[in-house]
Amino acid sequence: MEQKRLIYMDHAATTYTKPEVVETMMPFFTEQFGNASSVYTFGRKSKAAVETAREQVAKAIGAKSDEIYFVNGGSEADNWAIKGIAWAHRDKGNHIITTKIEHHAVLHVCEYLENNGFEVTYLSVDENGLIDLDELKRAITDKTILITIMFANNEIGTIQPIAEIGKIARERGIIFHTDAVQAVGNVAIDVEKMNIDLLSLAGHKFYGPKGIGALYIRKGIKIENLIHGGGQERRRRAGTENLPGIVGLGKAIEMATENLEEHNEKIRKMRDRLLNGIMEKIPYTKLNGHPEKRLPGNINVSFKFIEGESLLLMLDQLGICASTGSACSSGSLDPSHVLLAIGLPHEIAHGSLRLSLGDLTTEEDIDYVLEVLPKIVQRLREMSPLYEDFIKKGEN
Amino acid sequence: MYSDKVMDHFMNPRNVGEIVDANGVGEVGNAKCGDIMKIYLEVEDNIIKDVKFKTFGCGAAIASSSMATELIKGKTLEEAWNLTNKAVAEALDGLPPVKMHCSVLAEGAIHKAINDYRIRMGLEPWEDNITDLDDHHHHNNE
Ligand SMILES: Cc1ncc(COP(=O)(O)O)c(C=O)c1O
Repeated sequence: MEQKRLIYMDHAATTYTKPEVVETMMPFFTEQFGNASSVYTFGRKSKAAVETAREQVAKAIGAKSDEIYFVNGGSEADNWAIKGIAWAHRDKGNHIITTKIEHHAVLHVCEYLENNGFEVTYLSVDENGLIDLDELKRAITDKTILITIMFANNEIGTIQPIAEIGKIARERGIIFHTDAVQAVGNVAIDVEKMNIDLLSLAGHKFYGPKGIGALYIRKGIKIENLIHGGGQERRRRAGTENLPGIVGLGKAIEMATENLEEHNEKIRKMRDRLLNGIMEKIPYTKLNGHPEKRLPGNINVSFKFIEGESLLLMLDQLGICASTGSACSSGSLDPSHVLLAIGLPHEIAHGSLRLSLGDLTTEEDIDYVLEVLPKIVQRLREMSPLYEDFIKKGEN
Repeated sequence: MYSDKVMDHFMNPRNVGEIVDANGVGEVGNAKCGDIMKIYLEVEDNIIKDVKFKTFGCGAAIASSSMATELIKGKTLEEAWNLTNKAVAEALDGLPPVKMHCSVLAEGAIHKAINDYRIRMGLEPWEDNITDLDDHHHHNNE
């Protein structure tokens, strides 16, 4: 292999932690380590740092700081939001509305609730991954207690009409949760204007540390606890605070939302150059997800006649990190539920590639991927009996 | 996740291609499941003179095809028929458990190609006890 530098195109999976973020965290490991719940001054200093971070998170999404609860990440936030609302409102109804393209941290929670007496409507999406607002309205019954719809999809990057959904939920008096794990730091969010009642976020998607996240819960919303134990987080989420993580989350979300537009513009430009290059250089390629309403760093394409895991392995040999919705890479039976939900046949879904750009991406990375990807795809196609059949049938 | 042998056979697959005037061809798997393996044989005097493959699938599927074709090249049809999926996996220094089905596909594709040859020659096909090749998944969920 001629080259083995790291070309990281998997920012949607996780990001590195920015040095500035790490720097603000460091003292909270070694020096200012006191328990934020202790009464002595040393502990109260830790508490103050936690509260500063809470304000930073609140500000980033247009919430008030006493509406922010720290949790250990996106999955916990989703679990808490959905189970907590379901259990707290089951006297009012047992119906939940979500979509077919949620992350498993939402879908598997919904399945768990279905096994426990709840009914769940999984809204379908169109070929671009967007829900139909009329279908949402029609799905609402007098038993509906929760609408949970992701802000932006982690695989195909499609951004839902969140403000419109919030408006519908508000008009019907239904609680609205959104999994914004992929959206924070990529899309401007205002929980007030968008009528969002609960919102999940995770630090490791926007250059913060792993293992820390937050759930926003609008003031006045009744919710059951998920983690029982000590009285931390205003008796709502037990467990000694992850002090360095919380401080890092605060710093990271502040940095990520400060120059949002400028940052997005830069990423989007590189993304578009890469995407246009791929579409131009590689025939029989399909873009998955919405052409415009998508995360600035997201590319998801399917290359016909080849399978995604073998593509990832070849890219990896050249130091390129990416991901796929092929079943063969996850060890599961079917390809990505998201790709099937937008109507891709199995074999096209197996040939999908997600490249997610971010802060680590450079123009040289784009050039390099545009140089090697077409060759790799062609190499795999030449090994593929599907391509052989296609060529023999005549190119149409 | 993969052994060096698997990676070698994946990155530098042996015997990729098509034999235009093959006298035995076998294809197994389906695109829905994400893997299809096609094997071409050129048989002369009961010996596999040449063998080529085309595979749509993951790294393990491509490596298994490559290794299996290496193992049957120059062998008699009986020897080739008796190549087990285990032998293919062992020759690759093992496959992850969820990928063992790729070696099963290789064994199945060889059987199918051999029987295709036998039928073309007007012979009885041999009894194949590999079943379910087109719906072979016993993957665990994530
Ligand atoms: C949309 C979405 N929701 C939830 C999660 C889960 O977050 P975490 O891994 O922090 O628990 C992820 C991360 O992969 C995600 O992309």
